[in-house]
Amino acid sequence: MPEATGKDDGDGIQIDLISGQRMDELATMEKIRMILDGVHEGKIVILEEGLTPDEESKLIEVTMSEISPDEFNGIEIETYPKSGSGDSSLLGRLMGSDDSSAKLTVIGPANRIETLHKDETLISAFVSRN
Amino acid sequence: MGLFTGLKDSISRVTDRLFSDQEPKRIGIYGPPNAGKTTLANRIARDWTGDAIGKESHIAHETRRARRKENVEIERNGKSVTIDIVDTPGVTTKVDYEEFTDEMEKDDAIRRSREATEGVAEAMHWLREDVDGVIYVLDSAEDPITQVNTMLIGIIESRDLPVLIFANKIDLPESSVKRIEDAFPQHKTVPLSAKEGDNMDEVYDNIAEYFG
Repeated sequence: MPEATGKDDGDGIQIDLISGQRMDELATMEKIRMILDGVHEGKIVILEEGLTPDEESKLIEVTMSEISPDEFNGIEIETYPKSGSGDSSLLGRLMGSDDSSAKLTVIGPANRIETLHKDETLISAFVSRN
Repeated sequence: MGLFTGLKDSISRVTDRLFSDQEPKRIGIYGPPNAGKTTLANRIARDWTGDAIGKESHIAHETRRARRKENVEIERNGKSVTIDIVDTPGVTTKVDYEEFTDEMEKDDAIRRSREATEGVAEAMHWLREDVDGVIYVLDSAEDPITQVNTMLIGIIESRDLPVLIFANKIDLPESSVKRIEDAFPQHKTVPLSAKEGDNMDEVYDNIAEYFG
């Protein structure tokens, strides 16, 4: 299972790489809780298979409800664009091919992560320690 | 408003809807902060009802609660379409009150940011539950390929909602409608300036066509 976590010893930044298999076992709110709990602790969370649009919508909604002055000001999130985005047709959705298939997603605390560059094959992010 | 009056109004709204020939479509105006959503909502409301919806401002998150203008009847080419316009706060994944402290006192900035987060959460909930179509407003002078725009358009598509993309602020010299068309080629893009009122005929033609 392609999952690994680093140790946060106060000097470093922990990165959680969460496999698609691990996420498949969770309900929507469990996924969102796992992501936001990690981000609240200052971790960078990388999802092997991203989230569905409905889950993304709920992630934004829950993130907004947890923003607090001087404590947590939200998330930075980047996802590879779906290749070609050609299968967003109704038929594609009915056939179940419009899921979060193979779109790696990076999520981190807004005050610590900054996207420097993104294209279809590369997400380049700068992560500060404070 | 008293309980009885409120109840009477609610029953009246329900019966109006049950017996109306054409129930108004709830059209949500979505997009990032400062794209000109409220300016557009106000222009549409003023053009067809004579009243504005809300206050416009250059300060981000001026619209912190979704606001509605009901029963806006738009007549185009001999046909009419009735819509309820829902002007929503700019969608974002982060809100930092310190962005506003140059413009106001800290307490006001904190209050503004708290209201903004509640408004965005509400707008996301409504997008899943309460709108029949979407006008997605982008600032054509800005790069449209942002994570929030991509996510929002994906969420709208996943719900099979009809969506029109409005490339606003074409009066600005840095405006590029083509940049928006290239970013979201799967959707119709309509150029306009809500502030100056440029190209509003095409705006109303498309609203009638997409949401009528």
